[in-house]
Amino acid sequence: MSSQTYHLGFERPLIGLEQEIKDLEAKVASGETELLPAIKALKEELEKKRSEIFGNLSRWDRVQVARHPRRPYTLDYIERLMEDFIELHGDRGFRDDPAIVGGFARMGKHKVMVVGPQKGRDTKQNIMRNFGMMHPEGYRKALRLFRLAEKFHCPILIFIDTPGAYPGIQAEERGQAEAIARNIFEMGRIRVPIIISIIGEGASGGALGIGVGDVILMLENAWYSVISPEGCAAILWRDRAQAEKASEALKISAPDILELGMIDRIVPEPAGGAHSDPVAAEDMLGREIIKELDRLTLIDPDKLLKMRLKKYRSMGVFTEG
Amino acid sequence: MPWFRKKLKGPVIQPPREVPDGLWAKCDKCGEIIYKRELARAFWVCPKCGSHFRIHSGQYIEILIDEGTFEEFDAEIGSVDPLSFVDSKPYPVRLKAAREKTKLNEAIICGIGNIDSISVSFAAMEFGFIGGSMGSALGEKVTRAVERALERRIPLVIVSASGGARMQESILSLMQMAKTGTALTRLHEAGLPYISVLTHPTTAGVMASYASLGDVIIAEPGALLGFAGPRVIQQTIGQELPEGFQSSEFFLDHGFVDLISPRNELKNNLSKLIRFMFESPK
Ligand SMILES: [Zn+2]
Repeated sequence: MSSQTYHLGFERPLIGLEQEIKDLEAKVASGETELLPAIKALKEELEKKRSEIFGNLSRWDRVQVARHPRRPYTLDYIERLMEDFIELHGDRGFRDDPAIVGGFARMGKHKVMVVGPQKGRDTKQNIMRNFGMMHPEGYRKALRLFRLAEKFHCPILIFIDTPGAYPGIQAEERGQAEAIARNIFEMGRIRVPIIISIIGEGASGGALGIGVGDVILMLENAWYSVISPEGCAAILWRDRAQAEKASEALKISAPDILELGMIDRIVPEPAGGAHSDPVAAEDMLGREIIKELDRLTLIDPDKLLKMRLKKYRSMGVFTEG
Repeated sequence: MPWFRKKLKGPVIQPPREVPDGLWAKCDKCGEIIYKRELARAFWVCPKCGSHFRIHSGQYIEILIDEGTFEEFDAEIGSVDPLSFVDSKPYPVRLKAAREKTKLNEAIICGIGNIDSISVSFAAMEFGFIGGSMGSALGEKVTRAVERALERRIPLVIVSASGGARMQESILSLMQMAKTGTALTRLHEAGLPYISVLTHPTTAGVMASYASLGDVIIAEPGALLGFAGPRVIQQTIGQELPEGFQSSEFFLDHGFVDLISPRNELKNNLSKLIRFMFESPK
């Protein structure tokens, strides 16, 4: 199935309407202009139906939206929102990890360092990108770029979309745990603003290893969790097929995470999800990022760091006797 | 044992194979049956094969902290159930069972105590409490242990044993990695030493946060360490894992552990390191 024709189960009621509109439009093009009002009515019906469906998504539905093969990825945001992107490669220790991209760019009046995991659009790309799952050298490349940003006074923009850090033999040999821990630590003391945008999947330590910052934005249909729904299901229900149940129990959708206070804001997506209108989705996030850039670059670095540490210091819910 | 040895030795009186009561313990690795009092004297290390038995957080205090000097802090901090999480049983039921089993409120004991007369902020994790998993309460206790070291300008020592994050607290548990990891930046900038001791097992969220951030990292022999669990890796790559993969020795070889210390030398190593890295103002 090509990604162009890929539809999620709950999108099915929309497919028939879309096809009907297309057919009528073809007739209009060949002269049957009397059909125009019918098209208008159908389009209204389509939008109404779309809002209805997307206004009532379950957590598991949202996971499907977050994984949609036409959803915008890091490089799409960079291309749409930034200029003069110069991609920088390598961790200077082992190799370049293609599962994550990054480099200097300009966004509005700001020069920035932009970093994020990159998924592939087809099987070949996905193998090259390792499905956006980083090895330790990916985290170390990110850290190298964070330090460059600090040296050249660029705010850091991070896009998060990863199914997790890669679990493999070489990843362990090269210290996956150390790489993630080191990044968390160093991101706690990088002296430039860090703006995090969770654009798709935010899985576990693999996401958090590039996920510590001053402000955390999350797209409406993205998910963020301590473990993927499948991973959780395998452990707690001993059955990966229980992922839907796990996604509900883990409360992994944006409104949940906001309610728990672990992100700062939800960024809305177009009515049919980011994949239905990628350019609109990219622009909607872009506007929010610019707002944050304008705000955070005015804050003195010492104060910024204090606020960042305080933000993380307060995370958690517990009882004290 | 080769067959001829057996023959030469004649009939052997076998120690009881079943562990009859609380007096004897059986080594999981070599099967040796050991008198518990002898085992305790040997720091719960098998005298035959050197295998390190898993011990409780309280036993690490006994082994590492000068007698009578430990003062516990934050014992009243405990987990709640902010997500109303239910899998095969509700999270509060799991918590209650863990509290009854371990007589602890959380999967860690924190406090102040002396190691060879040097006051340290000390924490030891309890694997028996929901796999030593890190939720909000544990993250808060670790953070306070870091802050205690900072306030009193004393070294920090954490003995870890954990299967990772506490899934029942989902995103809140994930963020404890950031909470503890960023708290350690302040200790670092104050120039205070932090020694991380890794015991069997230390993996996932704890290994990918404070456990990997020690100025010096010591591992007990033969501990399972790592980010991903061996089963997950095996399922992902679809092949057998090499012998000794993710052991303390594997991580020493690959440069992620400073030294492996048998348990009977652990206190001495900690004491030497702390004295070297830290001297109280004269
Ligand atoms: Zn043994």
